[in-house]
Amino acid sequence: MMDQRERFYGLLPQLLGDDERLVAVLAEIGAGYIDPGPVADRVINVGIREQLLVGVAGGLALTGLRPIVHTFAPFLIERPFEQVKLDLGHQDVGAVLVSAGGSYDWPEGGETHMGPRDVALLDTLEDWTVHVPGHPDEAESLLRAAAAADGRVYVRLSAGSNTQPLATDDRRMTVLRRGSRGTVVTVGPMADRTLAATEGLDVTVLYAATVRPFDGGTLRATLNAPDVVLVEPYLRDTSTPQISRALQGVRHRVLGLGVGQEELRRYGTRADHDALRGLDEAGLRRSITAFLA
Amino acid sequence: MTPAYDDLPALMTLMTGDEKHGASATSTLDVIWVLYDRVLRPEDRFLLSKGHGPMAYYAVLAAKGHITETDLRGFGGPDSILGHHPDRTLVPGVEIGSGSLGHGLGLAVGTALGQRLQGSHARTVVLLGDAELEEGSNAEAIQYAGRAGLNGLTAVVVDNSSASLGWPGGIARRFTVEGWSASDVDGRDHDTLERAFAAPGDSPHVVVAHVERKES
Repeated sequence: MMDQRERFYGLLPQLLGDDERLVAVLAEIGAGYIDPGPVADRVINVGIREQLLVGVAGGLALTGLRPIVHTFAPFLIERPFEQVKLDLGHQDVGAVLVSAGGSYDWPEGGETHMGPRDVALLDTLEDWTVHVPGHPDEAESLLRAAAAADGRVYVRLSAGSNTQPLATDDRRMTVLRRGSRGTVVTVGPMADRTLAATEGLDVTVLYAATVRPFDGGTLRATLNAPDVVLVEPYLRDTSTPQISRALQGVRHRVLGLGVGQEELRRYGTRADHDALRGLDEAGLRRSITAFLA
Repeated sequence: MTPAYDDLPALMTLMTGDEKHGASATSTLDVIWVLYDRVLRPEDRFLLSKGHGPMAYYAVLAAKGHITETDLRGFGGPDSILGHHPDRTLVPGVEIGSGSLGHGLGLAVGTALGQRLQGSHARTVVLLGDAELEEGSNAEAIQYAGRAGLNGLTAVVVDNSSASLGWPGGIARRFTVEGWSASDVDGRDHDTLERAFAAPGDSPHVVVAHVERKES
């Protein structure tokens, strides 16, 4: 199966071909994989210059164009964070930021290419829509919607995907399973393993491919026992405040599962890191069972 | 009657309360005046990257009818549209919000690219300070603009020698080595400035406008 990033590279020239308002801005990453064909003038590679990557996006947006900006997550959100804050947010212009690499899609590459902090950092800023697709079809649908919109949108592409697309078109959370002893909210590529880890546990499982704005309404509407587990593919507890806000006035407990802050200084495969970080099926089952006991 | 250059100090006084203004408050005054009075066409864009010390900018905006004398009197107040750094969402005629140094040139490169992609011959003029040029983000923008042959882009660096570590060999060569054309001029001489801003050639252009050293 073509992964989310490959789908994006194939889709991008089509999007640009269909809408003259769109301009892709790259900082080398992806430039060798994208075949721009007739829209080559609207695929701008600024080289390995990430401050300029986002600054140029802000400038393009100031002239009425819609930039689609792409590189690995740490080089898109962390390195040029002030440009994301000022050149987009403070200028009050829109853009689509599309990251690849997820939290640890290339563990052999080590800490420098890991990007678990992206969504938490964007949470410090105003008015960002954040999509975390769990399947290439979801990625395509969310990218198309983001390109057609006007605001600031972050699309976080991952190497791992679920076997089937699960998201609904209305961006609300999908009810994957109904139970009575608590709710597990699983995000993007974590869905398949969360379903496997909660098999037989009598819990509701909700699936989110769009995490900002957070769909607190579906959480409240489907709530049974007020015990909530969050399974996120990025920094642990990133959405815990969203749960607290959604359940304001309701006594509840929350367990956040995700990538820890600690730097492991380990290489290996994605599966190795899932296990090391307790985010494989066995680890999730262990944590969720202990919390609900 | 439309205000003239000689009216600008009085407009600045509405903001500062000072009868006289030191060299640093007026370091950008002549450059901005010449741009608005003689160079910029309605479709052109002026981006003030060096957002610090914007009184001269606001005075010119008032002289040219973008904002009012009442706006100037409120300078920095809780209900004012005029802060000590400009905000594009508040001030008519202001193209970018600035203050944090080193953001304007990258935004200007994107603006010039956007104009070129849309077939516009509008110019994008961005004003920086010599100390602001220390921010590394400018180097990224200077390099790229040269490679991309962005001839719709003009940078003006107002040099009041405020960069602590200086620019050995001069500022202009940081641009020319990357393929820009450059003019080194007296930042107080209006005719010289106007000529330096004359229609660009095939490359981005930088005007280094020298003014008195910043008072310490």
